[in-house]
Amino acid sequence: MAYQNNPPVVNRLAQSLTTACLAVGIILAVIIAGKTSSGAMQFHAFIIIASFLVGIIAIFNLGARINEDGLEASPSGVFYNNTIVKYGVIASAFWGIAGFLVGDVLAWQLAFPVLNFDLPWTNFGRLRPLHTSAVIFAFGGNVLIATSFYVVQRTCKARLAGEIAPWFVFWGYQLFIVLAATGYLLGITQSKEYAEPEWYVDLWLTIVWVVYLLVFLGTLWRRKEPHIYVANWFYLAFIVTVAMLHLVNNASVPVSFVNPKSYSAFSGVQDALTQWWYGHNAVGFFLTAGFLGIMYYFVPKRAERPIYSYRLSIVHFWSLIFLYIWAGPHHLHYTALPDWAQTLGMTFSVMLWMPSWGGMINGLMTLSGAWDKLRTDPVLKMLVVSVAFYGMSTFEGPLMSIKAVNGLSHYTDWTIGHVHSGALGWVAFVSFGALYCLTPWLWNRKGLYSLKLVNIHFWVSTVGILLYICAMWVSGIMQGLMWRAYTDLGFLEYSFVETVAAMQPYFIIRAIGGLLFIIGSLVMVYNLWRTIRGDIADEATPENIDRAIAAQALGE
Amino acid sequence: MTYQEISSFSQSWGLVFLVIMFVAALAYALWPTNKDKFNNAAKSMLDED
Amino acid sequence: MRLLDKHAIFEKNSIILVIGILVTVSIGGLIEIAPLFYLENTIEKVEGMRPYTPLELAGRNIYVREGCYVCHSQMIRATRDEVERYGHYSLAAESMYDHPFQWGSKRNGPDLARVGNKYSDEWHRAHLTKPSSVVPETIMPGYPFLAENKLDFSQISGDIRANQIVGVPYTEEQIINASADLRAQLDEFSDDYDAFIERYPSAQARDFDGNPSEITEMDALIAYLQMLGTLVDFSLYDEQENNR
Repeated sequence: MAYQNNPPVVNRLAQSLTTACLAVGIILAVIIAGKTSSGAMQFHAFIIIASFLVGIIAIFNLGARINEDGLEASPSGVFYNNTIVKYGVIASAFWGIAGFLVGDVLAWQLAFPVLNFDLPWTNFGRLRPLHTSAVIFAFGGNVLIATSFYVVQRTCKARLAGEIAPWFVFWGYQLFIVLAATGYLLGITQSKEYAEPEWYVDLWLTIVWVVYLLVFLGTLWRRKEPHIYVANWFYLAFIVTVAMLHLVNNASVPVSFVNPKSYSAFSGVQDALTQWWYGHNAVGFFLTAGFLGIMYYFVPKRAERPIYSYRLSIVHFWSLIFLYIWAGPHHLHYTALPDWAQTLGMTFSVMLWMPSWGGMINGLMTLSGAWDKLRTDPVLKMLVVSVAFYGMSTFEGPLMSIKAVNGLSHYTDWTIGHVHSGALGWVAFVSFGALYCLTPWLWNRKGLYSLKLVNIHFWVSTVGILLYICAMWVSGIMQGLMWRAYTDLGFLEYSFVETVAAMQPYFIIRAIGGLLFIIGSLVMVYNLWRTIRGDIADEATPENIDRAIAAQALGE
Repeated sequence: MTYQEISSFSQSWGLVFLVIMFVAALAYALWPTNKDKFNNAAKSMLDED
Repeated sequence: MRLLDKHAIFEKNSIILVIGILVTVSIGGLIEIAPLFYLENTIEKVEGMRPYTPLELAGRNIYVREGCYVCHSQMIRATRDEVERYGHYSLAAESMYDHPFQWGSKRNGPDLARVGNKYSDEWHRAHLTKPSSVVPETIMPGYPFLAENKLDFSQISGDIRANQIVGVPYTEEQIINASADLRAQLDEFSDDYDAFIERYPSAQARDFDGNPSEITEMDALIAYLQMLGTLVDFSLYDEQENNR
């Protein structure tokens, strides 16, 4: 059976339409490059021109290969688009390492400020958004795009919609990352946390995101199963809600068409609440809903058992997305935000504990009756521990949203520790688990190069995370208490800088924890690379030992 | 509309609305005729592909 | 045909799902955020707030560009220790012209909401160039390049125009004279000074970076820092009336 995705006329139409759009983009970029007085914006215009040109060439190259024979059907007879997921796996690993490295540089800068080198593009203030964007959007975003493209195809038993569109999403997203990252280093930022890119980069992301939604929906429309599997609900909520958050929070007025600077449509207290409505739901829908989609597919698949309770997953879904959206104001306790909004945010944040743990229980209990697999499969162990970390941070989160607790924790490293127990323990670990699953599946290998290396990765990174979050608990709570410490005479006991100086040992421990986490990730990259090459390490895994014993018994 | 009006509205009708939404989600999840569909969905994703 | 019909229902289901998601996630935002825009008591009634001068706005843009908000909050919470350490708790009114807000979320360094007029210009110059020269234990990076970079204010009236569009009450006169006002704030003996101070009452005018021959980014940033938290007259502020 030869592969036929779309009628040729549809492909030709898509080809010419995309080419036309990219050509218009090039013309706009040339005009901007010619008229702008900002060197940074000119640099961005050149990047856009170059990548759009490459895009047009690639479309013609791809066009020749669309509908070609020789694509292999899966056992179920579907011609899956695996190539794009392979690209996504590689991009995820690459951006992951990059983002972790920048993060650890920042950690060392806090311990030893001389490492800032007092240059504009190496200062903490410009590197920090680079780190947060690289890990959330570059690493996390690529993992989400890759896994969602994989999961939606498999659970719908249908090929990804479109031939050019998925590639536009993938490369368009990489372009967004490059524009955002270089922008930060050159000083282009709108200073809204996790939404720092300026108006023209935001516009570009909007276009990419809409196409992403269409590709995802288009694949759902092709499905042969009557029911949409719940993992796709989470992915869909992630895509749709992030679009809404992005559009509202980035509403702004640029100084001019050729000026990178824009001014937020909102100001002061309204801007603050809009930003943290966005910021907390970047956590809720980017870093939670999306990655729960990963959990609901990869944990059952790897454990070879259906999800513990499908009904719970539905209640989990609706209650989670409903409650999350309210939680933003807990970032603004005791500030100039009106009290009623603070109370509302706190209430919903505390309630959020319930659906979060519902999801955790659903993930963990999937293993019930198969707990022994944790002994033999370190990839499953990684996935399960990620769910456990999810449970821990979603308990800590509601706790920290209580006003009295927040009064102590806010503005301190406790928040940083909390974020990283979620980001490293939950998001990164569940991503690593998915990458370990996907690589042998996609490249048609029997298994990973080495399970022993997965185990090493797991332990080195886990120790790293524990060092990180414990150091931040101590330094955060210590600093919070020092800020409010009074002498017997009723004066504040410590100057601000004394509280900073007291934190240095914990900054160093944290930086070492981060370093361990990176080492673990590098072990993963090596393992994945050897797997792709088709190597198998000769090692004594429990499985191999069992197999050897069985073979011996049979032989005798 | 004042703050008082908004808050009394949300504390009465808002609460009713929330309960209805929650009951609807719960009913959908627990509806007996949906059971097979959900079991099927949970199991079929494990099929070889 | 039967098959096609069935397919159409499936398509609808995913659209229904999308609509369901959108409705569910919209409610919270609408109920929480929307009232802030029209409830009158969201922003307190205060005396003294005025839009930023062109020089202060340029300095604020440098503050944003360098990511100062990453380590410094501009939001004094209403707790005893914060008020004693930093001054009167921040009011919503004090950031009503801030597009975007700079409240921050982390204090690797102290709060800056009321740093204005607490230190001399010389102190800020030394501190920004080499922070450890005035605070030995500091972990703040140095910004020596600010004193060397000439301030680019060729587009400053465009910046003020954009602020006017998003709701800051700048007058046409203030937009037209933006460049002149920026220069006038650096020289209180210039001819334009009187017109400037009339447009921006109570603005501080002097050469901020100690180098009168050049207009540098250091001038703008210090001008911004020195006005932070100084506008509202708290002797006239009625706490009871603004209780929210």
